[in-house]
Amino acid sequence: MTDIDSLPVLQEKLQNGAFTCTEMIEAFLERIQGHASLNAFVEVFAHDARSRATVIDAKLNHGTAGKLAGLVVGIKDNMVYRHHKGSAGSKMLAEFESLFTATAVQRLLDEDAIVIGRLNCDEFAMGSANKFSHYGPTHNPVDNKRTPGGSSGGSAAAVAARLVHASLGSDTGGSIRQPASFTGTLGFKPSYGRISRHGLVAFASSFDQIGPLARSMDTLSALYEVMAGPDEYDSTATQQAVAPVALSDADRDTPRRIAYFKEVLENPKLDEKVKKQTQDYLARLREQGHEVEGVNFPLLDYLVPTYYILSTAEASSNLARYDGIHYGYRSEEVENLETVYKRSRTEGFGPEVKRRILLGTFVLSSGYYDAYYGKAQKARRLIADQTEELFKRFDFLISPTTPHPAFLVEAESSDPTAMYLEDIFTVHANLTGTPAISLPLLRGTGKLPVGLQLTAPRFAEKALFQFAHGLLQR
Amino acid sequence: MKLTPAEVDKLAHLARLEFSETEKKAMLEDMDKILQFVDKIGELDLDGVEPLVYLNEENQALRPDQVAQTVTKDEALKNAPQRDTDYFLVPKVMQRGQEEDPS
Repeated sequence: MTDIDSLPVLQEKLQNGAFTCTEMIEAFLERIQGHASLNAFVEVFAHDARSRATVIDAKLNHGTAGKLAGLVVGIKDNMVYRHHKGSAGSKMLAEFESLFTATAVQRLLDEDAIVIGRLNCDEFAMGSANKFSHYGPTHNPVDNKRTPGGSSGGSAAAVAARLVHASLGSDTGGSIRQPASFTGTLGFKPSYGRISRHGLVAFASSFDQIGPLARSMDTLSALYEVMAGPDEYDSTATQQAVAPVALSDADRDTPRRIAYFKEVLENPKLDEKVKKQTQDYLARLREQGHEVEGVNFPLLDYLVPTYYILSTAEASSNLARYDGIHYGYRSEEVENLETVYKRSRTEGFGPEVKRRILLGTFVLSSGYYDAYYGKAQKARRLIADQTEELFKRFDFLISPTTPHPAFLVEAESSDPTAMYLEDIFTVHANLTGTPAISLPLLRGTGKLPVGLQLTAPRFAEKALFQFAHGLLQR
Repeated sequence: MKLTPAEVDKLAHLARLEFSETEKKAMLEDMDKILQFVDKIGELDLDGVEPLVYLNEENQALRPDQVAQTVTKDEALKNAPQRDTDYFLVPKVMQRGQEEDPS
């Protein structure tokens, strides 16, 4: 029950009565309790999950169950669910209870998925090791001493430890794909605008996307299909129709044109073993008849700086809403209106969030706006244009998802920029709004998992999923 | 680019944050490293490049402009840290001495 990866397999078992949703939920709840030391869950919705299971069992009996019937899903703690708490991993929102449900979550519920709890993450999704959570770090089930990555660390750990069939994460600079890489799971960031952001706690609105994590391609693509599409509550969600993915083995051997950045493979941060494995994988793709070409992308070193200027600017503006008055934490030590704002924010936010708010405030401040924010918006145009040119000649872009496997939870760094470079291979997709997937196909030093990342042109999710499916079949 | 302690004070005020002297020192060090890191984009020749502001340049879809009640007053006040039955509560805004006495 808890060890089933594939949605069609799960549904066949539920249909033929191998077990009921009710029995399955008990097995999951027990397993979650047994793995409490991972700290993957902030809250388990046990009562909720049990009553939903009863309802869905009845629907299955009547043949009226939805497309995701019985799929047990955890949601990252930065997307809201009506009448449930949602904290974004922050003391600021520790007691916050939502009045509405995020569109992505609602669409899962409408298709009879069971939402079993909310999953730990870095505060306001800012971090790459899940250690900036108000609820403490999450541990990696592959190796407990290591981080599952971040910011969707709980989402990845829960999938890898089989505490859920699948989960939702959010990806602003790599926050779904890097944890997927570190935990040996599949993680997908859709094109910008493909899935509504309504009900996702805003970090950087021109980068944020919700996406699924799972252990099989069919579960991942089913979740994507259910969540994708226009939404009247998010005007940045695209009106473009969502093509059904329809995974099949038929076009596995269709030759594809695949590019890799030479600067990625020559990057000094790249683990030797990951480099070797990537090179071997590229050779295998050539043997399978694909065209694989190394191209120069001199902008690589500018991606993370551009991303940090723009994303912190957007964050400083988005997080201005936390005022200690309308909702969220309020300091006890207040004398007047200004100290309500200042002390509530100072006590409610953690150190990384404050660093990013301060940087964002700086790059938007008068006198520096043109030199930083304005320049970064122009750099983003260059990056987007060069990427678009590249996709005229190639179907996919390939790279390791992360330069190395999961590092130790206790790894300390006195330099915040060292952690920012964790995003070096993932931010490209966020800057350009392209869809990207991390597949558990590589190994790094110590045989730890590392993801292989595929990026496709904007809104080419269908081709991306089909190609990824073919690679996993081999 | 390096920030001065006075500039950090100003940014902290703009962001409505407070830092102790020790925190301020750490924040200055962090900001130095981060700014040195992001200053790299200064190397790019960006003359004549149009800024990219919106990723989706298709027409924004607007929903019908219809009046609807989506949140009740009780719901809106539910998450407020301090409230009464009708209002969000904040400390007195007018301080003694600033008050004008009408009598």
